[in-house]
Amino acid sequence: MDLRETDAEQAFRAEARAWLEENVPHGLPSGDTKEGFALHLEWEKKLFEARWAVVSWPEQYGGRGASVWEWIAFEEEYYAAGGPQRVTQNGIFLLAPTLFEFGTQEQQDTLLPRMASAQDLWCQGWSEPGSGSDLASLKSRADKVDGGWKLNGQKTWTTRGAFCTHLFGLFRSDPESERHSGLTYFLVPLDTPGVTVRGFARLDGDEGFAEVFLDDAFVPDSAVLGGVGKGWSVAMATTGSERGLTLRSPGRYLATVDRLLELAHDRDLDDTDTQRLAQAWMDAEAYRLFTLQQVSNEKAGRGRPGESSLNKLFWSELDIRLHELALDLLGPDAELEGPWSKGFQFALSGPIYAGTNEVQRNIVSERLLGLPRK
Amino acid sequence: MYFGLDDDALALREGLREMLATACTPATIRAAWDGDACEQLWKDLGSFGVPGLLVPEADGGLGLDELAFVAALEECGYAGTPGPVVETLICLPLVPLATDGSARVTVMAASGGTPYAGIATHVLDPSGELHELTERSVVETVDRSRQLATFDADPMPVDISEADLARFERRGALGTAAYLLGLARRQLDLTVGYVKTRQQFGVAIGSFQAVKHPLADAVVGTEFAWPAVLRAAQTLVDDEPDADLHVSMAKALASDAAYRMSRVCLQAHGAMGYTVEYDLHLFAKRTWALAKDWGTAAEHRELVAEQLGIGRDS
Repeated sequence: MDLRETDAEQAFRAEARAWLEENVPHGLPSGDTKEGFALHLEWEKKLFEARWAVVSWPEQYGGRGASVWEWIAFEEEYYAAGGPQRVTQNGIFLLAPTLFEFGTQEQQDTLLPRMASAQDLWCQGWSEPGSGSDLASLKSRADKVDGGWKLNGQKTWTTRGAFCTHLFGLFRSDPESERHSGLTYFLVPLDTPGVTVRGFARLDGDEGFAEVFLDDAFVPDSAVLGGVGKGWSVAMATTGSERGLTLRSPGRYLATVDRLLELAHDRDLDDTDTQRLAQAWMDAEAYRLFTLQQVSNEKAGRGRPGESSLNKLFWSELDIRLHELALDLLGPDAELEGPWSKGFQFALSGPIYAGTNEVQRNIVSERLLGLPRK
Repeated sequence: MYFGLDDDALALREGLREMLATACTPATIRAAWDGDACEQLWKDLGSFGVPGLLVPEADGGLGLDELAFVAALEECGYAGTPGPVVETLICLPLVPLATDGSARVTVMAASGGTPYAGIATHVLDPSGELHELTERSVVETVDRSRQLATFDADPMPVDISEADLARFERRGALGTAAYLLGLARRQLDLTVGYVKTRQQFGVAIGSFQAVKHPLADAVVGTEFAWPAVLRAAQTLVDDEPDADLHVSMAKALASDAAYRMSRVCLQAHGAMGYTVEYDLHLFAKRTWALAKDWGTAAEHRELVAEQLGIGRDS
C-alpha cells in the first residue's frame, strides 16, 4: 500500500488546480441545447489550448502523456473546481481509447488532433429503434461498393447527435451474418450526403438526443475502424471504457457530495438526513478507493473479468441516491428547475445508458461469478 | 501509488487459507456450537502466528501491521473461525499472555454476557482489568458459537495508555469489518456453487436473472466495502489523524454489505438454506451478530457524520 503521490504527481495536480481555479467558467447553460453547446465548445477549445483537454494522451496529439494516477487527479481537480460537463466526452473518452487500440497510424494522426481540439465532435451510433440492450440484433447495413461502403439504416438515442460532426457506429457488413459476427465499426462524417440528423428532447426537455438516418451514405474504406467484420470486439473495447473509469471518474461524485454537504449546511437535519449524508460521503469515497484499487490491480496483472460492470452499477446508483437526497433536502423547492432537479433527471439516465444495469448485472453474475448464461 | 495488499500480506493470506481449509471445517464450527473451545484449531492458529500477529517480534509475535491484520481476519472470516479471533489479536499486544494459541482472550461487554467468554481463557476489560476465567455461565445466543457468558473472576490490573486504548478500539471495529467481509465471501461461494447445480424448471436456477441480479447487487456492496477496510487499515499503520473516520466508514459499509449478502444468499438457497443441517446458517448467523458488534452500521454512520461536521451547525 502506497498512497503517496510522487513529486511529479503533486506538481501536476498543483498546476491543474491553479489553472482551473483561474479559468473554469461558472454558470454555463446546459451543453445539451444548441446555444449551450456553442458556449461549451469555447470552453473545450480553451482547455485544448492550455493542453488540459486530453491530459492522458501523448503530447503529439495535444495531451500531456499523463499517467492514469495523474488523470484521476486531474479529474478530481476539474470537478472540485466546478468544471462543466465535457460535451466532447464521447469522442475523447469513448472513441479515442478504441482509436489508440485499433486505429491505423493514419486514422490516429488525422482524427485525434481534431478530436482533442474540438474541431470534430463525435457521437455514438450504436442503438437502433429495435436494438437497445440487444445490440447484436442491429440491422443498419454496410454494403461494399467500389472504394468504400454504402451505409443504410437508422440509429437513435444518439447523445448530442444534433450538435456533433461525426458518428462512430456499428453496421452489419455481411448480410448473411447473424448476431455478433459480420459487424463492422465505421467512422462517419455527419455531413456525408444521405445522412439526416433529427434532434429530439430527452426526459429533461433538452434536445440532447438525436436519431440519425442513413440512406445510401457513402464512406471510403478508410472509415473502417479495426477491420471488416471485427466490429463487435472493437465495440466491446469501447464499452469497457464507458462502463468503467474513463467515463465516470471519482472526482465527479466527490464534487457532488461536496455540493450536497453545502446544501445541507444551514438546514435543519433530522437523524435520517444525517445518516443519509454520512452514507453519501462514504459511498463517494468508496468509489474513489475502489478505482484506486482497480487501477493498481490492473497494473499488477490482477484485473478481473466483468469488473468495469461493478463500477457502472455503483456510480449510476450512487448518482441517483445523491440527487434524491438533495431533492429531499430541498423539499417542495425540488420541483423548481435548477441544478439539482436537472442533475436528478440526468442521473436517472445512468442506469440506462452505457448498457442498462440489468445487462451489467448479467455480466457481473456470468463473468465475475461464473453463473450460467442459460 | 499502489492501493492494495503487498506481496507478503497476500502470501500470508494464501497460506492461512490453505491451513484453515482443513483446520477449520464446518464440523469445527458445529463443535464450537456445542461449547467446544476448539483447542486444536487454536494451536494451529498459534503455529501460524495468528494470535500474536500484532505483537512485536521481541515479545513472541509476528510484529505485523494492520494491513496484514485485515488480510488474515478476512480469511478467518471466510473459514468462520470460531472463538474470539479478532479480540485475541487486539488484546495480546496489551497483555503479557502466550501467543501460541493457548490464550484465547475476549473483550468485556459493556453490559450483559461477554461474547466468547464461554470458551475464552481470559477477558480483558479495556478500562484496565484482566480476568482469568474459571467459572462462567453461558447465555443462549442465535449463533451458539458466540458463547456469550457471564463470569466471576478476580481481576488483575492492566495498564493501558490512552493512545493504546484508542488503537485497540479502532482495531476491534476494523478487524470485525474484515472478518464480516470474509463471512460474506464464504456465503457467496456457497451460493454460487449451489445455484449452479440446483435445477428447477429443467435448468440451473443460477441462470435466472431473478437469482443473478440480487447476487450481483450484493457483490457490488462487498466489493466496495473491502477497499474501505484497506484504507482504514492504512490510516492505523500511518497513525493518521482521521483514522476514526475511516474505521467507522469501513465498519458501516462492511456491516451493511455482509448483512445484505447473507439475506440474498439465504433467499437464493430457498428452503434448502433454511435449515441448520445445511452450512449456510453457520456463516449467516455470525454475520448477523458481527454486523451489530463493535458498533452497528447506524452508530458508525453517526460517527462519520460527527467527524465530517454534518448537522453541527443546525
